[in-house]
Formats: sequence, C-alpha cells, structure tokens
Amino acid sequence: MVIKLENLTKIFQPGDAPAVDNLTLEVDEGDTCVLVGPSGCGKTTTMKMVNRLIEPTDGKIYVENEDVSKKNPIQLRLNIGYVIQEIGLFPHMSIAENIATVPRELRWPKQKIQERVDELLSMVGLDPELFRNRRPSDLSGGQRQRIGVARALSADPPLMLMDEPFGALDPITRSYLQNEFLRIQEKIKKTIIFVTHDIDEAIKMGTKIAIMREGKLVQYATPDELLSAPADEFVVNLIGGNYSIKRLHLIRVEEILKEPFTVSPEDSLDEAKEVMEKSQLELVLAVNGEKHLEGLVTPSSLRKEGERVGDVMDTPDLTVDSGATLNDALSVMLTNGEGYALVVGDENRLQGVVTLNAIMEALQDNEK
Amino acid sequence: MRNKWVKRSIYIAILLAIFVGYPWYNIANPADATVARGLMPENVIKYGQDHLVLWGAAILVATAIGVAAGILISRPQFRFVAPVVVNIANIGQTVPSIGVLAIFMGLLGMGFSTAVFALIVYGILPILRNTYAGMITISPGIIEASRGMGMTPYSILRRIELPLALPVITAGIRTSSVMIVGAATLATFIAAGGLGAIIVTGLSVMRDQLFYTGAVMAASLAILLDYILWIIEEEAQA
Repeated sequence: MVIKLENLTKIFQPGDAPAVDNLTLEVDEGDTCVLVGPSGCGKTTTMKMVNRLIEPTDGKIYVENEDVSKKNPIQLRLNIGYVIQEIGLFPHMSIAENIATVPRELRWPKQKIQERVDELLSMVGLDPELFRNRRPSDLSGGQRQRIGVARALSADPPLMLMDEPFGALDPITRSYLQNEFLRIQEKIKKTIIFVTHDIDEAIKMGTKIAIMREGKLVQYATPDELLSAPADEFVVNLIGGNYSIKRLHLIRVEEILKEPFTVSPEDSLDEAKEVMEKSQLELVLAVNGEKHLEGLVTPSSLRKEGERVGDVMDTPDLTVDSGATLNDALSVMLTNGEGYALVVGDENRLQGVVTLNAIMEALQDNEK
Repeated sequence: MRNKWVKRSIYIAILLAIFVGYPWYNIANPADATVARGLMPENVIKYGQDHLVLWGAAILVATAIGVAAGILISRPQFRFVAPVVVNIANIGQTVPSIGVLAIFMGLLGMGFSTAVFALIVYGILPILRNTYAGMITISPGIIEASRGMGMTPYSILRRIELPLALPVITAGIRTSSVMIVGAATLATFIAAGGLGAIIVTGLSVMRDQLFYTGAVMAASLAILLDYILWIIEEEAQA
C-alpha cells in the first residue's frame, strides 16, 4: 500500500497561514512513516487528510495510486485503521463491541466477528476470556490503548493511521507498548502513518521520519540518516543533542544478545560453581527444560546453605522483553545498579543476556 | 438480579396500593352525602382513566417531537439555530401550566384534544433541551474516532450518540412526565376531565376529603409513572 501526498495544502480560514503547506511525501509499502514536529506544525492535519476527516484545500493524496478525493469517504475509512489517544474508545460498549466496530459496519457474520475479536485480544496480549465483556472504564490506560490498536486492526486494513497512540501513557507503559507494537508490526507489516511530537518515539517507531515545521516538510529520512545528517538547525534542535543516547532507541537488544550460562534448578551447587567459573559475568541463570527462566545464581547465592540450585537461587528481576531497545535495557540496568539485563521472550523463555559492555561496543560500531 | 426485581415490585406495589387504596377507603367511608356524590366509583375510575390517557398521549408525542427536534438542532448544519430554540424553550417553560392551557383554549376551544395538545407543547420543552444537551456533551474525540473508522452518520447516531445521550434524554422524559401528570389536573378547567375534576369539586363544595383524594391520586400516579420510567431507563442501559 503506497501512499503519495502531492503538493498537499490546507488553509482553514481564508487569509490564515496554511496549516499544511505544499507538502509532498511518499510512503512505501510496509513503512512506518512518523510525522513529527512541534504542536501546530500540521502533522495531525496531514494525517486526517489521508482518511478525509479533513478535506485538503489543494493537492492530491493517492492511496495505492487511487486519488482518495474520488473515493467514497466511508469505504475509504473502512479500509484504513485509525488509532487515536485513549478517549476514542466507546465507553458504553464492551471491549468486544468496541473491537467489532468496523466488522459490524461491514456486516460480517456474528461467528466471524467473535473469532476475530478473540484473535485480536490475544494478539495484543489480553486474555479474551477475561477482557471480552469488560468496559473501557475497567481497564488501565495501557490496556485501553491496546484495545485501540486491536480495534484499528479488526478488519485487517493494509494502512493504519495512528495519532499519538501512546501519548497519554506513563513512560514505562509507553515504552512497553511501543516494543509490543513493533513486534506486532513485524508480523503484520502494515503501512503506517504515525503522528507524534516526541522525537525519541519517532526514532524508535519509524522506518522513515518526516520532520514538519509550520506546515512544511523540513526533512524526510530514515532515523539513521536523520541522526547522522540533520538537514538544518531546526532538526538539530528537535533531536536535541545526545546523538549516541538517541541511537540507543534504534538498536534492539536482540542484535547484541549474549548466550547465557545456564544450569537447571535440579543441579547441585558444585555444578553451578563450575559453570560460574566459566562465565566472565559471575552470573548463572537457572532454567528448566523448556528454557523458562526460573532463577538467578550469583556468587552470593552460592554461599547460601543448600544442596541444589533451586534452594539458593534468587528471583530473576532485571528482565526486558525481546523487542526492547538498548535504551530500555540500559534504563533497567541503571535503575537496579547492575551491569546486565536478562532478555526474555514469550512465556518467560530466556533468550539471552545484555551487558553494559555489549551496549557500548554496539554504539561504537554504529558510530563508524 | 432477582433481589433487584423483588425490590422494584415491592415499591410498585406500595405506590399502586396508595393510588388505589386511598380513594377506595374514602369511597367506602364518605363523611357525608356530598362527598359520596363526588366520589361515585364509576366517576373516580373515569377520571383516573382520563388522566392516564391525557398523560400517555402527551408524553408519547412530546417524546417523539422533543427527541427528534433535539437531535436535529444538535447536527452541525443546524447548530446555529440551537441557542434560539433552547432559549424559546426556556422562556416557554416559565409560562405557568394553567397559562398554557388558557392559550390553547383560546386557539382551539374547550375539550379533550385541546388539553392533550397543550400538554404536548408543555412536555416537549424539557425533552428537547435535554436531548440537545445530551448530544452536544459527547466527547468530540469519540465522534471523531467513529467517523475515522468509517461509520456512517446514521450508525454514529444510533450506535454512539443516542446510547451515550440516553441517560440525559430519559432524565428529560421523566421530568416532562411528572410535569404532565401535574398539569393534567388542570385539564378539568377546559372540560377535559382527569383527576383535577375531583380536586376542583372538593374545593367548590368545601370538602377536604374530596380534594385530598384527587390530590393523593395525582401525586401517587406521578411518582408511580416516574418510577416505571426509571426502571425502563435502567434496563435500556444494562
């Protein structure tokens, strides 16, 4: 699904400065194009012109080579997923009814709608049995935002518009949902137009970033290009220095994972000590047969009384999920004052270890 | 769940008992022949029926018109007339109910249909005002989300706006219902019957047993109907 904006202009009141000024932009299939800029830069207006919530004053928008102004707006919108901040959920409907909004408009059979709702709830990590019949008011902000994403995906639209979807969340939940969304996007590969005012979010979520100022496009580039070659002073200020730290958002922990040294909770302490000596980290992880993370063995736990690893191991904290960025991993390390973070995948399955050294090496490689 | 219905049934039974029991007792124990003449059972039943019919006709039509007009003036194309309509409604509300009856009697003459007509006009106002208020206080984000997802204007009205405005709209209908039961006691002045006839007779022959009977019946009817509407509202939202 390729999207082309051609000389797009929007003037709300005749005589006013244009909200969007002669904007030309092309989004490729499967790209996440992040529109970013200070408030009032026209990013939301641009996005709303794509699904014709706002009609352009001038210029054209093509979705898959079709001029959207020639399409029925209802048909157009039914094929474009739309996510806005959490206020967009319907408070008088259950979660299932909320998610089923578009399928119901499309008159899908009941059975098919129910299956799709359950599928989507599982996909965004909420148990359908528990959540199907709840109301939005029973949910936390993060859960509501997941429902918003599930609702937009309900009819499997090839294109998604997302307007500050994670804006109203606390930083921890936001980073968690961002990672989760990236993981989902890897599977579903939608073409996405994503609006945010947060440059860090843009760098993290975008495959392409469009920086806007006063209705004009300032720079359109990949996150990497943006960090290495900002177009002008405005972009430099928006990124706000600390380039190396920004790059932490770009690299995923998966890319620098180290194979962990593991034992089984059934092993004896002597076996654990042997493994510990081999590891340079003074850190051994206890996993069961299916690689589920069970516990953490450090030199101090080995000094405790006990026969088996299971008796002395500590509860593993310091975990990040496999979609996390180096920034997430680093923040876990700094919060806990340790030089490592454990990476776990689905069902708490151990994937590896990220160390402080590995992060520094990755940054140096990336700079080159 | 069952507990809720038991409670509701008891409440309705108490109100019905007052509505039926109080006139029954007075019919059985009239103070004198004048009271007995004023409380002939067939007349009391007739006046009660009249009152219910006046109320029923007025509230049905007032709801239909009030909700439709409220929705209409809340549409973006017509919103510019809304302040005018709401202000006229507010001014109309300050005219006493007897005044409304008098105006329509002047226009349409005496009789039952005039009374129904006046009660409809009197009852539209709170419904219209509440419908409008209920519609415009819905968060714009919710409307925009539904538009952005491709819902048709009709779907948005039926699935989103009306259900969200429902509590405010029904509050208007209930206000109107209580007002209509009260105002309908005045219908007797234009020869349209109703429980007001018992009250007015009681006043003119100076028998308090008579006007108490009419007043208690009208008041308990107002509370009973309001309670029934409340139950309908609760069930509609569940």
